[in-house]
Amino acid sequence: MPAFLNQLPIGLSIGAVLLLIALGLTFTFGQMGVINMAHGEFIMAGAYTAFLLQDVVLALPAAFLVAGVMGLILERAAIRHFYGRPLDTLLLTWGVSLVLQQLARDLFGAPNVQVPAPSWLAGGVGILPYNRLFIMALAVAGVVAVWAYLTRTGLGRRTQAVVQNRRLAATSGIDTGRVDMLTFFIGSGLAGVAGVALTLIGPVGPALGTYYIVDAFLVVVAGGLGQLRGAVLAAVGLGLLNSYAEFWSDASLAKVIVFAVVIAFLQVRPQGMFVLRSRALT
Amino acid sequence: MIRRPPPFAAAIGRHLPFAAVAAVALVAAPLLLEPFRLGLLAKYLCYAIVALGIGLAWGQGGMLALGQGVFFGLGGYSMAMYLKLTEAGPGGLPDFMVWSGVAELPALWTPFASPVFAVGMAVAGPVALAVVLGTLVFRQRVRGAYFAILTQALAAAMVILLVGQQGLSGGTNGMTNFFELFGQDLAEDSTQRGLYLVVAGVLGVLYLATRQLVRSRYGRLLVAVRDGEDRVRFLGYDPALVKTVTFAVSAGMAGLAGALFVPVVGIISPALLGVVPSLELVVAVAVGGRHVLAGAVLGAVVMGYAKTAFSEQFADGWLYLQGALFILVMTLAPKGIAGIAQSVVGRLRRARTT
Repeated sequence: MPAFLNQLPIGLSIGAVLLLIALGLTFTFGQMGVINMAHGEFIMAGAYTAFLLQDVVLALPAAFLVAGVMGLILERAAIRHFYGRPLDTLLLTWGVSLVLQQLARDLFGAPNVQVPAPSWLAGGVGILPYNRLFIMALAVAGVVAVWAYLTRTGLGRRTQAVVQNRRLAATSGIDTGRVDMLTFFIGSGLAGVAGVALTLIGPVGPALGTYYIVDAFLVVVAGGLGQLRGAVLAAVGLGLLNSYAEFWSDASLAKVIVFAVVIAFLQVRPQGMFVLRSRALT
Repeated sequence: MIRRPPPFAAAIGRHLPFAAVAAVALVAAPLLLEPFRLGLLAKYLCYAIVALGIGLAWGQGGMLALGQGVFFGLGGYSMAMYLKLTEAGPGGLPDFMVWSGVAELPALWTPFASPVFAVGMAVAGPVALAVVLGTLVFRQRVRGAYFAILTQALAAAMVILLVGQQGLSGGTNGMTNFFELFGQDLAEDSTQRGLYLVVAGVLGVLYLATRQLVRSRYGRLLVAVRDGEDRVRFLGYDPALVKTVTFAVSAGMAGLAGALFVPVVGIISPALLGVVPSLELVVAVAVGGRHVLAGAVLGAVVMGYAKTAFSEQFADGWLYLQGALFILVMTLAPKGIAGIAQSVVGRLRRARTT
């Protein structure tokens, strides 16, 4: 039985990381129709920021800034010319992701590096190790911050308006370009924070982002586009599913099981858990 | 006034480019290229078969399939299992099973001793998987980016599965050390030349068949589904069926390509069919020109050569170059080489008629 319980914090912390990653994806995807494959490299950038600073706490705001600015540059330089062409952005950003990975390989070397875990995160309460608790706390803080931003600030409400109906929002005088920039900045920044969180549970390498990006996209698909609640539920669900599928079968079958469950889920809710109601056909 | 050529000449003129390329590929290349280069070309042509399927599904049908490597891999592994069983050591066990301590042949492997079953499964396996996945996904009107993400997740899951099932699949190393195919020594130049001709022939036949498919009523329906799925549904057609059939055809092509790839290149491993190789082929199709079938084939060959040439010179630079090339193509020439060629030809024609 303890082995069964041990999977719980693992699953929850994987879910927490997925959530931090998927928050950015679900909004860039839902709001701008952009599939950002380079999002995984923002995670990697955040993790290397922690490696350079050798301090997890200091790295959190720094990684948010570094990854956020990278996202901002990507959005301004390339992606904004591709709005409304999701499949093209997918391929374009994959090109960016290749370049960024190679850049990391040249800057930091191909072998993995370690970030020392702070001493106050050693140990734990009962079955909950402190480092995994810390990651969960980060995700909760991230969700609360995003929720507060979306519902309590003027800019956030404008963001929601753009997600719901871009043209109507633009006609009502909202500067959609600025909203897009800001969304990209925040979303990419959260990926950077996820990267810092990952340094607590594993080594850092140039391909770090590629391990999580596919699962994070599945969270977006299962949760529904641009939906905060959907992202939270889907991330926790997929995190737990991942860890328990590995526990019950073996690690190699787990991903297949997760994939099958997502496909099965889409039979019931093809648009994800929560759907933005609209009259648009496609 | 424009003088129309007689119909017969027009028919010849239309097939002239294909005939010229076929002549070069089937006659000139085997005569002029040294065996090593011919082997490389055969490898690129295998990829071109996959690219043809991507051109059909993505270019004509608008389905961005990011997991074609899965189907390529199913085909490749089917073939590799057959090859391994024909030259299995004592006890009928392939070498890697002996190394990983497998005592007797797994039941999954037994039927692959038959070449007919192995080659059949190389195509039927991918088609079956694509039909199941396509039916489940397209019926629920999951499309566009969602579909792309799902196919990518499938590719990721497949790689992890193959790596983990060491005793069944050879794990990370996959399967290699093949010596003979249907009694022919694979190391012989003549065998490799014969294989090249088979690959080129298969590609040619599939190209003609796919072109015919695209020109048929079905092909028009496919383009209509790409451009306005809901309208097609309102007109009484079933877009899910059209898409599933197309997806299955492209999967079958990828499977066949995988089966040809194994004897040509001599290896199949998870690294050849994961997310990155699958995406690389999509990139190749985009570079060649996704809206024209010939563009897809051309793109696969060009990118294959480019990769080999640049990796030989500077291994690390290739990723930069590939990434940069990709960003440039998507921003400056989204229609790829074929698009550029078409606009040049169009301009020349206009210049001549005015």
